[in-house]
Amino acid sequence: MTPFTTITGTAVPLDRSNVDTDAIIPKQYLKSIKRTGFGPYLFDDWRYLDPGDLQTDVKTRRPNPDFVLNRPEHRGATILLARQNFGCGSSREHAVWALANYGFRAVIASSYADIFFSNSFKNGFLPVVLKADEVEQLFQAVAADAAQRITVDLPAQQVRIDGGAAFHFDIDALRKDRLVKGVDEIGETLAHADAIKAYEARRRQAAPWLFAQ
Amino acid sequence: MAGKTSGRTLYDKLWDAHVVKDFGDGSALIYIDRHLLHEVTSPQAFEGLRLAHRQPWRLAANLAVPDHNVPTEGRAQGIKDPVSKAQLDALDENCAAFHITKFGLMDRRQGIVHVIGPEQGATLPGMTVVCGDSHTSTHGAFGALATGIGTSEVEHVLATQTLVQKKAENLRVTVRGHVGPGVTAKDIVLAIIGHIGTAGGTGYSIEFAGEAIRALSMEGRMTVCNMTIEAGARAGMVAVDDTTINYVKGRPFAPRGAAWDAAVVAWRDLHSDADAHFDREVVIEAAGIEPQVTWGTSPEMVVPVGGRVPDPAEEKDAVRRNGMTRALQYMALKAGTPMTDITLDKIFIGSCTNARIEDLRAAAAVARGHHVAATIKQAMVVPGSGLVKEQAEKEGLDKIFLDAGFEWREPGCSMCLGMNPDHLSPGERCASTSNRNFEGRQGAGGRTHLVSPAMAAAAAIAGHFVDVRQMQGEAA
Ligand code: SF4
Repeated sequence: MTPFTTITGTAVPLDRSNVDTDAIIPKQYLKSIKRTGFGPYLFDDWRYLDPGDLQTDVKTRRPNPDFVLNRPEHRGATILLARQNFGCGSSREHAVWALANYGFRAVIASSYADIFFSNSFKNGFLPVVLKADEVEQLFQAVAADAAQRITVDLPAQQVRIDGGAAFHFDIDALRKDRLVKGVDEIGETLAHADAIKAYEARRRQAAPWLFAQ
Repeated sequence: MAGKTSGRTLYDKLWDAHVVKDFGDGSALIYIDRHLLHEVTSPQAFEGLRLAHRQPWRLAANLAVPDHNVPTEGRAQGIKDPVSKAQLDALDENCAAFHITKFGLMDRRQGIVHVIGPEQGATLPGMTVVCGDSHTSTHGAFGALATGIGTSEVEHVLATQTLVQKKAENLRVTVRGHVGPGVTAKDIVLAIIGHIGTAGGTGYSIEFAGEAIRALSMEGRMTVCNMTIEAGARAGMVAVDDTTINYVKGRPFAPRGAAWDAAVVAWRDLHSDADAHFDREVVIEAAGIEPQVTWGTSPEMVVPVGGRVPDPAEEKDAVRRNGMTRALQYMALKAGTPMTDITLDKIFIGSCTNARIEDLRAAAAVARGHHVAATIKQAMVVPGSGLVKEQAEKEGLDKIFLDAGFEWREPGCSMCLGMNPDHLSPGERCASTSNRNFEGRQGAGGRTHLVSPAMAAAAAIAGHFVDVRQMQGEAA
């Protein structure tokens, strides 16, 4: 997994709450059996004026000039700003893949849906939780200057507006550690293989029907 | 708070029974008893296994079925969409290569993953059940700890039979008393989501309790637990009782003989202790719940069928007000419109929320002897599994639907999310028994209103929303 330490970049302000995973990456792209290539379809319904699918050449589609992601001043941004309950809806990890493939390294919002939140950590993508008023300050800073640089510092657990305010964020110690080191979680769990086998042996005794067929 | 209680909630019991290793920080390595797979969220996980030269930990824990992409008609001719076909082929190849049990497209047991798990007895009380699908919460109806997971976690479960999970807080939603006639499990859960909001359950495991929940059949409980994720909670559950045990008995994967007896003894403990502590309690009066219809683009945007489209101007919170305004724009609705004035283009009866036999019976009871309104372009009934379809045909429900002008299809997710050919065209408005009314969910630009199967059938006949209780009153 890609490690995450500190990034500095500009932000795209997506001023909506309850952004669901169907909006982040619509269903027609979930037919891909790959983990990559979802970037061009991020926020597809909002981003293009005409519909598309995996077989449509993206270059033939008309971008929606009003959608924030398409504004020239937000090109190359690495941070997404959003409101509460970001990533609600389906468990599709494609949502995180699309955000990461597009070039985002982090999202900052006041709350997230649980599955999206845990999927993020598996992909070196950091979902930062700030208080609603802090998120609002970030929106204002970006509204005042689209080129405003923002730093997300995971080791220090801080979001800093360059030349402005700094906000602390909380993160689970274990998750932070894994992300900073870019740990292979399966490898880490398999280090506990003996504990898993011991559990299975105990459980097989107590509830044999769970191990039938 | 009056001292520390010693009792455990149902969720606490399920959690404790599955801890392989406690990391001491609120997270633990949790053992997974049952892993369900489907074609959309598994290919990248199998690819990961291959790249790392890993094998599944315990084959018998896995059960796979294609559901999201499958066509609901003309199956014998194969799948036309080459991209969908590639995904189904990948599931076939992966299951064959890794020796995972799979019900294929032409298997009579094929169906929506959350319908077939319980139907087969592959979902049992006391299990941890996971699947790369958020509606895995459905299986919590059995007193199981069932959660939706992402693809990286699918790979993790395949390789290790465990997941690193963080313990959630306990939320109990009690639905007190009894619902009136014509009010279903779907209306109960929509009313709950309307009450606590789509993020109301975030960070919690929800236990549904109270007389109205106890009175539900297993299928009704599955409908309620299915939509737990729409309230933001990864897991929802109902305590085990006779209803649960009677449902499980005799199913193909369920234990038999002495193993059955031992299992039942263990399952009898799968309820919250009387002195268990809940971090949060919500109580709803069943008598106040009416048939529900969503008006917006989030399941919390819901009103009783007798209500009106709400006015954003009356909302004080700016972020919510913006959300409401945007939803009304997307849905092409005006504030103050009576819900029963909203006319429809399509009707979808199906999905893992409402495509079981009781759902089809409820819809057929309304449709019997009527005809779909001339203004409705398409009304579809999509059974949740091949076995549900067989049962319905045995009862003649297919005839009732066909006579009434509905289409009778093969099982699958279908227009719940439209990955297969069934979808809404831009601007089309649909009464749907599914679980998500998000923008574009049923097709780009499509407009979804969530309702119960009986309400969907009633809307099909009237051409617009109508209080199904009035129709039932007329019929009586
Ligand atoms: S029926 Fe709909 S919600 Fe259920 S699993 Fe299929 S796509 Fe998901």
